[in-house]
Amino acid sequence: MLTLQQVSQLLPAADNTIGWILQIIFLGFFVVFMFYGQRFQMWIMIREVEGSLFKLKLMRDEARKAAIAAINEIGKPQVDPTAQVDRFLEYFAITPVSLDPAGIIWRLEHLLDVQDARFKDDIKLMAPQADSTQIYNLEGSLEVAAGLNMIYKVIRHFYLLGKKTLSLYVIMQVQMILPLIMKEAEAYSSAVKAFQLGQPIGDGVGALVAAKLMHDYEKTKIEKDMVVATVPIEGRTAYVLKAEGPGLNVGKPGEAIKQIMEQNEGKISLAIVIDAAGKLEGEKVGEVAEGVGVVIGGPEVDKYKVEETALKYKVPVLAIAIKEDLGDAIAPMRKEIFDALDNVIDRVKRVIRERTKEGDFVIIAGIGDSCGIGQ
Amino acid sequence: MEPSGQIAKKVSPFFIVIIMIFIALALSFIYLGFQDFLVDNFENGSLNLTIGLIIIAISTYLLFQTQRRTLRPVLEIQPLNTTVLCQKCGFKNVREFQRGDYIFKQMEEPCPKCNEKTVSISSIFREVKEKAKRATID
Repeated sequence: MLTLQQVSQLLPAADNTIGWILQIIFLGFFVVFMFYGQRFQMWIMIREVEGSLFKLKLMRDEARKAAIAAINEIGKPQVDPTAQVDRFLEYFAITPVSLDPAGIIWRLEHLLDVQDARFKDDIKLMAPQADSTQIYNLEGSLEVAAGLNMIYKVIRHFYLLGKKTLSLYVIMQVQMILPLIMKEAEAYSSAVKAFQLGQPIGDGVGALVAAKLMHDYEKTKIEKDMVVATVPIEGRTAYVLKAEGPGLNVGKPGEAIKQIMEQNEGKISLAIVIDAAGKLEGEKVGEVAEGVGVVIGGPEVDKYKVEETALKYKVPVLAIAIKEDLGDAIAPMRKEIFDALDNVIDRVKRVIRERTKEGDFVIIAGIGDSCGIGQ
Repeated sequence: MEPSGQIAKKVSPFFIVIIMIFIALALSFIYLGFQDFLVDNFENGSLNLTIGLIIIAISTYLLFQTQRRTLRPVLEIQPLNTTVLCQKCGFKNVREFQRGDYIFKQMEEPCPKCNEKTVSISSIFREVKEKAKRATID
């Protein structure tokens, strides 16, 4: 055990000139930190946010440049598309009024339809030579660039506000969530090239399962950008559906499932929805889990439609989720996710055998982006 | 394929030299401090040790700051494998992803083995090499 005397010996002695100087410096530091400690802490935080902001700006600029280059390469426009791209990056959508929530889903759906039509029209103007698949892919990369632009602007807002007000709490709230925001921004960045090149992404695993099941069967197009095939599985008839590929497209699976249920007047014994789902830290990429409910992400319009129709006809809805994090979901598909495919198909067959009888009708919906996935 | 947006590491060599001089100076002070302690000169010993530790703390902080400014490539094209499979004879060819490839795409070229036009893309994925991890809680 150290005695107080021994500890004091470690401190500079005050009986020589340098010792005195050091004592004064130490006291000075103590006083300065007492009054300005919080400000020093804020400067360190501001520097940290500044570094991330610089990186976000770089990501945003690179995504914008890549989008302009792709439009010029694919669309062969007569005029420089830079101004149109910049306009696109600043688009916004105002969510419907939620004070009176009745009918909000239909108002939200209308809003999303208007936005989707507007985006596609704008891209057709920007890239007149692009075919429909390329338009879908360009839309994806422009949306990613717009997302990065929004992240950059929000972080810049808090950074400048923090500097202007010199408030520790303004800068602290952004500094604390910065690692999660940077992770999201990095995921967006990795998606830019994948969308431009039409590569399959992790989120497309649900659509890929459906594509594998329907591959050798005749497909028909149904409600907005969806394809369906009637596939015999384990002595049952399965309506397998997915978004039409290989362009970047999620379609309207909710509307498609609703139509199939209504066409069959509810004589559907089971609906299985397959989609990628966010994994928790510690879970393995490509892990498969089963559950109950409608596993459809996004603005929940499709989820609502399936829940409503399933309730109306008393159709049980089961979910199969393939685990992946955000970075894997919008980056090119990992081998682990692709390898989960056979496992998912085995589970689908087992669930059908266990929950339905021979001759029954079932729905198998592969949810997700069909970018780089045919059918 | 080259990654775009590569950012060069811009750390001045002059700055690195200064940090190295600081570290050398700090180590000398710490050495002198220990020497003083060995001959029971606690006053000079503690003084030298304090100066040495302060300089080493400042140098380490500056060194970490230079490392923090280094940025990784922004938009990377990740290498993807495309597997082309003949549905008839099972001939398999794994190659790098090319623009226009998509899963279940029917290829126009005939199979190099059986010469039938039954070749399609069966898979496209990337392989991620996980870093070797120490035993952790799974």
